[in-house]
Amino acid sequence: MADPFLTVNDLTAYYGDFQALFGITLHVDAGEVVAVIGANGAGKSTLMRSITGLLSNGPDMVCWKGRNIGHLRADQIAQLGIAMVPEGRQLFPSLSVEENLIIGGQAGRKGPWNLEEIFKLFPILEERRKVPSTALSGGQQQMVAIGRALMSNPDILLFDEISLGLAPIIVKSIYEILPSIIGGGTSAIIVEQDIAKALSVSDRIYCLQEGRIALEGPAATVTREAISAAYFGI
Amino acid sequence: MDWINSIVQGVLLGGLYALFAAGLSLIFGVMRLVNIAHGDFIVLAAYLGLTVATTVGLHPLVALVIVVPVMGLIGYVLQRGVLNHTLGDDILPPLLVTFGLSVILQNGLLEIYSADPQKMNAGALETASMNLGGNLNIGWLPLLMFAVSVATIAGLQWLFYRSALGRAFRATSDNQDIAQLMGLNKAHVFGLAMALSLAVVGIAGLFLGIRTSFDPSAGPGRLIFGFEAVIIGGLGNLWGTLAGGIILGISQNIGAQLNPGWQLLAGHLAFLLVLAFRPRGLFPRIDG
Repeated sequence: MADPFLTVNDLTAYYGDFQALFGITLHVDAGEVVAVIGANGAGKSTLMRSITGLLSNGPDMVCWKGRNIGHLRADQIAQLGIAMVPEGRQLFPSLSVEENLIIGGQAGRKGPWNLEEIFKLFPILEERRKVPSTALSGGQQQMVAIGRALMSNPDILLFDEISLGLAPIIVKSIYEILPSIIGGGTSAIIVEQDIAKALSVSDRIYCLQEGRIALEGPAATVTREAISAAYFGI
Repeated sequence: MDWINSIVQGVLLGGLYALFAAGLSLIFGVMRLVNIAHGDFIVLAAYLGLTVATTVGLHPLVALVIVVPVMGLIGYVLQRGVLNHTLGDDILPPLLVTFGLSVILQNGLLEIYSADPQKMNAGALETASMNLGGNLNIGWLPLLMFAVSVATIAGLQWLFYRSALGRAFRATSDNQDIAQLMGLNKAHVFGLAMALSLAVVGIAGLFLGIRTSFDPSAGPGRLIFGFEAVIIGGLGNLWGTLAGGIILGISQNIGAQLNPGWQLLAGHLAFLLVLAFRPRGLFPRIDG
């Protein structure tokens, strides 16, 4: 069995007095793709924010390769090789396409991904490298968001709702390209509302419901009925 | 010819105002922080220049090589040690803290240097001028200040749009959370922005101290000129800030030409006119 990369232990998260996560426990092994599914407000994005350090959490709640990272800042966690493609792309509007990609490599981690490789993966971005990121279509913006995350040569990629707001044909092409991105030992967490899409690329799934894990198991064996029951709480 | 002279002198004065304003514009652009103590830091830089010039015996312009890095260091430490802790969704804490800093700086300077007005002596440079025909003369010192102002703003512009640090400034300004996910330490980025802002303040303060007399209470007046130049030029636009400074300088000089007592009033009126008809300034780059 592969060594665990990421371990989340009994994670709780709060927005002020509001508790969003209740004792989430999960793990992601090296090279493994894990899907986190759930309805709106289930706590998926909160989980991503907690892992990446944008939300603070308690001691030993989030561990990376056996090391507690719960006390680290988001920029320190990014430098360890944890990258996120955030919900809604969230590109930097005052930066060009090329600058958005370059700043993704700010952490200075060595690896196979650089500007040339990103342009090979998404040739359209090379053509539009000098234009402001705001001038791109939604699909192209998602390519920049993915490329920006890859530029850090991460060990794990967190995709937060990558299909949200995109045309089905764009979503299809992004999912077709995902295996080539997350192969070669890179792990991934895919947060999705599109269950079928998430299952198609993942090894295991976790289903969140109202801040708790309602279901977990191998993607190949979890039944549609079990997912429906966990997803909708019925 | 008197009117032409007023306008030319106003343009040159505008360069100094642009230096007062550039640091304000920069930190507002990067972290949306309004530094109420900005004018007092200009005066602090003038006193630092005076101290260096008198104790080490340097020409005030040479004192720049000491004052600018010292002010930059003060800016970094201030941001990391104090101001970063005030930043958040609420805009009130940084306003209150920088207002408190303003009071502390004024009283500290008063305690150390007394209330007596001071001025730095730049020697023959202060009175040297060239004649452009008739009674139109341009002083070498105001011309030098204007040239340094343009060069400073060009340098800041280059840094902002052509360097890795500028990229980090713009990314952090756009979205602090996502910038952190890129591995940028926002506390450090903000510290560097304030260091840069106060380094520019170091230049502005030295020129202030050479051009005119100053005392510990002179800061708020410089702050107002700086604010007016920023607002006239447009928020977050460095070249706009230079244009704002020049418009302010020309307005003041035209006012003084009409009546010596109207100098400051004319500048404020120009500011109010811009605020009334173009509330985001003449060349805005960002929303307030």
